[in-house]
Amino acid sequence: MSGRVLVGVKRVIDYAVKIRVKPDHTGVVTDGVKHSMNPFCEIAVEEAVKLKEKKLIQEVVAVSCGPQQSQETIRTALAMGADRGIHVEVSGKDYDSLGPLQVSKILAALAKKEEAQLVILGKQAIDDDCNQTGQMTAALLDWPQGTFASEVSLEAGKVKVVREIDGGLETIKINTPAVLTADLRLNTPRYATLPNIMKAKKKKIANMKPADLGVDLTSRLEVLRVDEPPQRQAGMKVETVEDLVGKLKEAGKV
Amino acid sequence: MSALFKARRALGLCFSGCRSVSQLAELPDTHQLLRQTCRDYADRELTPIASRLDQEHAYPAKQIEELGAMGVMAMEVPEELGGAGMDYLAYSLAVEEISRGCASTGVVVSVNNSLYIGPVLKFGTAEQKKQWISPFTTGEKVGCFALSEPGNGSDAGAASTVARQEEDGWVLNGTKAWITNSWEASAAVVFATTDKKLKHKGISAFLVPMPHPGLSLGKKEDKLGIRASSTANIILEDCRIPLDNMLGPRGAGFKIAMQTLDSGRIGIASQAVGIAQASLDCAADYAHKRTAFGAPIGKLQAIQFKLADMAVAIESARLLTWKAALLRDSQKPFSKEAAMAKLAASEAATFSAHQAIQILGGMGYVTDMPAERHYRDARITEIYEGTSEIQRLVIAGQILKEYQQ
Repeated sequence: MSGRVLVGVKRVIDYAVKIRVKPDHTGVVTDGVKHSMNPFCEIAVEEAVKLKEKKLIQEVVAVSCGPQQSQETIRTALAMGADRGIHVEVSGKDYDSLGPLQVSKILAALAKKEEAQLVILGKQAIDDDCNQTGQMTAALLDWPQGTFASEVSLEAGKVKVVREIDGGLETIKINTPAVLTADLRLNTPRYATLPNIMKAKKKKIANMKPADLGVDLTSRLEVLRVDEPPQRQAGMKVETVEDLVGKLKEAGKV
Repeated sequence: MSALFKARRALGLCFSGCRSVSQLAELPDTHQLLRQTCRDYADRELTPIASRLDQEHAYPAKQIEELGAMGVMAMEVPEELGGAGMDYLAYSLAVEEISRGCASTGVVVSVNNSLYIGPVLKFGTAEQKKQWISPFTTGEKVGCFALSEPGNGSDAGAASTVARQEEDGWVLNGTKAWITNSWEASAAVVFATTDKKLKHKGISAFLVPMPHPGLSLGKKEDKLGIRASSTANIILEDCRIPLDNMLGPRGAGFKIAMQTLDSGRIGIASQAVGIAQASLDCAADYAHKRTAFGAPIGKLQAIQFKLADMAVAIESARLLTWKAALLRDSQKPFSKEAAMAKLAASEAATFSAHQAIQILGGMGYVTDMPAERHYRDARITEIYEGTSEIQRLVIAGQILKEYQQ
């Protein structure tokens, strides 16, 4: 199969950072905090680049929706082997309320515009944990979806996807064009090689706004309040099973 | 990329001058991405194992191969020869970030790049470059630099290892000391005297494969720090190598060594800055968490002053290192700046590591925290690749030349 793969990459707070809630409880502190590519998006990029190296697809296009700094995330994808990037600029209040619904509308519009064979996304982002964008994108495009992929193989006009589900592994075969979302065990993302970092500089990143794609960013959600999770209380030790049952009854749990 | 750099050089003094100054203030995008990539690699792959590597004196073979795959083991080498084709500023950033994770890994990278590949790249024939550089770019093979001897370190001109010319080759006899990477190396740049009467002008450089008949290794030194890298004597007893294995012209050995060490100093300065930074990271983190007298110790001025002094020493050393790298990349003289960088960085490393232990108190003295390892790793940076005393001589020599009437 020749063709183009669209990969979505999201700029999120780095997984190792300790998150702090803003004093006004409207969100988390992002200023001056280390950001990097969402780990599941890294896996998605790696899979797309691997498909290109196997000569099963021809071009990998990395897409990110967000402020100026999202360009760094796209550049990382380029350094990993993507061919070109598209930065859909969303900033300010629009960026604060940007969610899976708006992003999936943007990705669906781009998938059509770029005539993509595959859209590969991370299964979820580690900041909002929504796990919705892939599914919504497929629905908007009316394309089949292979989510939580731990193995992907391309065959003529079809994709075989092994999915990680609660009961174990499920293997499906879907027609292309399709949307796939990457799960943890799909692959181990490569570190960008230094020559590729330098080559990435020459690769193009196109800039556009959601309006250029006819997408309305109005959110249907309103964040009321953000709080830290409750502090974990210390447990208590009991001597016997009878004591345990007694304590549970006291607490009204049994 | 090399074409882009050639074009930039062609644009002349003014442009490269502007580029150098702004790069001291803020790195270009590519270099920022490169720095971040190396930092991510160090955080994920080196920091978690650095303590074990140190305790077991274990060479990080897997990590060196991974770094090779990234292009870090041959950063300046052109792509045609299998390298990453990057500049020395990029190299300095990479060594700093890697050393911040594991100082031993940092020195393995630095020695391979600056001391082994460096002289072959600069003084080797096209054939020598293909044979002695290309296989050493992937991390599978590393090289070493054999200048010091049991009888002379700083006094490099007094080499007593001899190379006798015979019809079909050179025969080397002597002992080299303190050779980093010796136990893992597949090749060495060896300095030996071909004309004792000419003193330092009679020293020549040779390329010796390892292992090789007539070459044997001494015991691995049991060092205070950088224990995951091997250091040992190389003993040459009628070690025969082909005539083609001379590197550069006969008698140019001393010059080759000195020029190689100029560049090596930028690598070691970067390593020292990395160690110093790791010490600061450890100490500042501890200052937030440790409470005493009812508050985190970071609130106490005594601790704050230490952190500030560490940060100033580190940033100064880092900027000196970047300047030396930028001058070298612009093909300007950089010996003085490289010596200044190495001197400043090594003293910043020992200072910062010392202060970090002080800030950590008892915790700084035990192996549970990395502060004691940084202290031990830092110490060698004031000694190898030119002691601090030699650096001062180099700097003073340059200054006096500048002020000559």
